[in-house]
Amino acid sequence: MSTNTGMVEKYRNNFLKEVEANVEEGEWVKMCMQCGVCAGSCPLGSHWAHPPQEIFMMIRAGKRDEVLTSDSMWMCTSCYNCIVRCPRELPITHIMHGLANYAKRLGLTPKSQPTAWFSQVFWDNMMKKGRVNELKLGLSLYFKDGLVSGIKESIKHQKLGMNMMKAKRMSIAELFGGHGVKDISDLQKIIKKAEEIENARIESYGK
Amino acid sequence: MSDIVATNQTILVVGGGISGMTAAIEAAEVGKQVIVIEKRPFIGGRVSQLYKYFPKLCFPTCGLEINQRRINANKNITVVTMAEVTGLVGEAGNYTASVKISPRYVNSNCTACGACGDAVESEFDNEFNYNMDKRKGAYLPYNLAQPQRYVIDPQMIGTDDAQKAKDACKFNAVDLDMQEETIELKAGAVIYATGWRPYDANKIQPYGYDRIKNVITSVEFERMMDPFGPTGGKLVRPSDGAEAKKVAFIQCAGSRDRNYLKHCSRICCMASLKQSTYVSEKYGDDAEVSIYYIDIRAIDRFDDFYQKVQDDKNVTFIKSKVASIVENKANGNPTLHGVDTEGYNRYANEHDLVVLAVGMEPSVDKDTFPIEIKVNDEGFIEHDEANGGVFAAGCSSDALDVNRAVQHATAAALRAIQVVNRVAKAEG
Ligand SMILES: Cc1cc2nc3c(=O)[nH]c(=O)nc-3n(C[C@H](O)[C@H](O)[C@H](O)COP(=O)(O)OP(=O)(O)OC[C@H]3O[C@@H](n4cnc5c(N)ncnc54)[C@H](O)[C@@H]3O)c2cc1C
Ligand code: SF4
Ligand code: SF4
Ligand code: SF4
Ligand code: SF4
Repeated sequence: MSTNTGMVEKYRNNFLKEVEANVEEGEWVKMCMQCGVCAGSCPLGSHWAHPPQEIFMMIRAGKRDEVLTSDSMWMCTSCYNCIVRCPRELPITHIMHGLANYAKRLGLTPKSQPTAWFSQVFWDNMMKKGRVNELKLGLSLYFKDGLVSGIKESIKHQKLGMNMMKAKRMSIAELFGGHGVKDISDLQKIIKKAEEIENARIESYGK
Repeated sequence: MSDIVATNQTILVVGGGISGMTAAIEAAEVGKQVIVIEKRPFIGGRVSQLYKYFPKLCFPTCGLEINQRRINANKNITVVTMAEVTGLVGEAGNYTASVKISPRYVNSNCTACGACGDAVESEFDNEFNYNMDKRKGAYLPYNLAQPQRYVIDPQMIGTDDAQKAKDACKFNAVDLDMQEETIELKAGAVIYATGWRPYDANKIQPYGYDRIKNVITSVEFERMMDPFGPTGGKLVRPSDGAEAKKVAFIQCAGSRDRNYLKHCSRICCMASLKQSTYVSEKYGDDAEVSIYYIDIRAIDRFDDFYQKVQDDKNVTFIKSKVASIVENKANGNPTLHGVDTEGYNRYANEHDLVVLAVGMEPSVDKDTFPIEIKVNDEGFIEHDEANGGVFAAGCSSDALDVNRAVQHATAAALRAIQVVNRVAKAEG
């Protein structure tokens, strides 16, 4: 049985409960009074498939597939406009990221979603040495859509790269190894512990 | 003023709005001695600044006049205007209040002939009209103000204009030497009927009340309808005086919001429904009203009124808390931005005029009561044993409409009567 169908059965089709148990700050979703101020204040405006207000209603209406496979929560830029305005102080930004994270855990992220893709690259990059390797990260971003467009992108951002090198924010030496934390195994232990805590929290929901 | 007689069997009413008047009348008509302390130069409170009452759409002046007559006819009631309670000590059955009385500079000889007002030139913000216009430095707060006695603005004292006012008066009513005085009054029970004030709309920054001329508050809108009000009874835009036909109401402006007032102010849904009829009254079928709301709270018998407004084809209801207002610089129209909950459609709607249905907060800041008193998170007075012989009446206790405020005031009067009755028994 996949985690996915497992979750559906576990929460007996009550998607709100599932969200409360598995999504960061998910227990806030039920507090939304559907006033619409978050949706109206979000700078992404009409670029959303579903603004936060609508996502919260969809969760309560049990639209599990539509929500988890949606592109919407990946669009959030963490500007915090919505949180500042929400009359009920819902931690909307965190919920959006929590939903994205959960969808990813279940493998439901839409294919070729650029933010999701970038997040993964960022994570993998950072986990190698415990520090982000800007040069490699930048290059992988530019070459994401193939060699030709990659070269074009790189040329476009040449000046930025040169400036960063001048300011010692980036080094060409990064291509060969690059800087890192003293002991990467310690970092890995920290991450492992964090995962354990998170899993225990999910496990203990409703008990 | 020092000739006021007060004993431990006196009931002191602080605030002479509709609630304070009601409490005073109820207690006085069963024979109790009552003193009403009112901060403004007239009694009647905020209902005197309303055009019509929901749900019957009658004029508040009518009810105020009836109550005024009952007060005038009852020698048990003493009304002190331009006065505030600055100190209160003691316990149930035995309070001493310090009352500060500001000088009016006009004595009881005044016939409200208006000659002093005509004679002076200085003008000041007119607080009765929420500063939408100016009034003279010698003035009657409004036509039907009770007492019918002029006031001289303290800012005018010491100027030539003050002397002009004195010279103009044929009845020797202007007394420029009047001084502030503080008197002490005994009381057995105290009723706080200090009412409410509109929430400061400037705090709701995304609505641009301080930046956009054609965004006004619901209390200002009421004043516009008054034939003697700041616009002479015309519904026009502050920016250019053009007719305001396409009017938007924004509900919960400052209420039900943890950034502003947490509570539902309870009257503002009905106030906007009522005010939608004002637009129709002025412009008939040319009226185009939009009400932006989270949910309409027209409780119990008010539902009929709500249904009637819903049936009006000139009124549209939009379920959405407006996110922001931006001014169209070309024509001064406020443009409302948001997303509606029924369909999640993004809108950008232009209106001639926007009315913010502002919330109600208590008029007395919670830490400025002269005696320790239990208030809730919003600053409204709680009913609590610990308050001893101090009782709240009307909007000092909660956001209430007039009907409920008056019922509440009657209950407060009964509680106060019980206290002074106990004193009477003890004193034999
Ligand atoms: C836009 C709007 C429209 C409304 N329309 C309606 C309607 O159509 N029908 C309806 O039923 N209700 C309506 N209301 C509600 C109505 O205004 C209140 O119910 C009513 O004013 C309550 O009266 P009150 O005496 O409790 O308070 P207030 O009217 O506020 O009176 C309090 C009095 O106490 C005085 N005071 C304050 N502090 C002190 C102090 N420290 N010392 C001495 N005196 C003091 C004040 O000067 C005032 O005279 C409306 C409210 C709003 C905002
Ligand atoms: S602003 Fe808050 S209460 Fe309003 S719709 Fe958004 S999340 Fe819900
Ligand atoms: S934090 Fe995200 S959801 Fe909230 S307003 Fe900004 S972009 Fe929109
Ligand atoms: S103070 Fe004198 S002049 Fe002024 S209104 Fe009264 S009576 Fe008339
Ligand atoms: S009465 Fe209506 S407008 Fe006023 S706070 Fe309550 S819901 Fe909002």
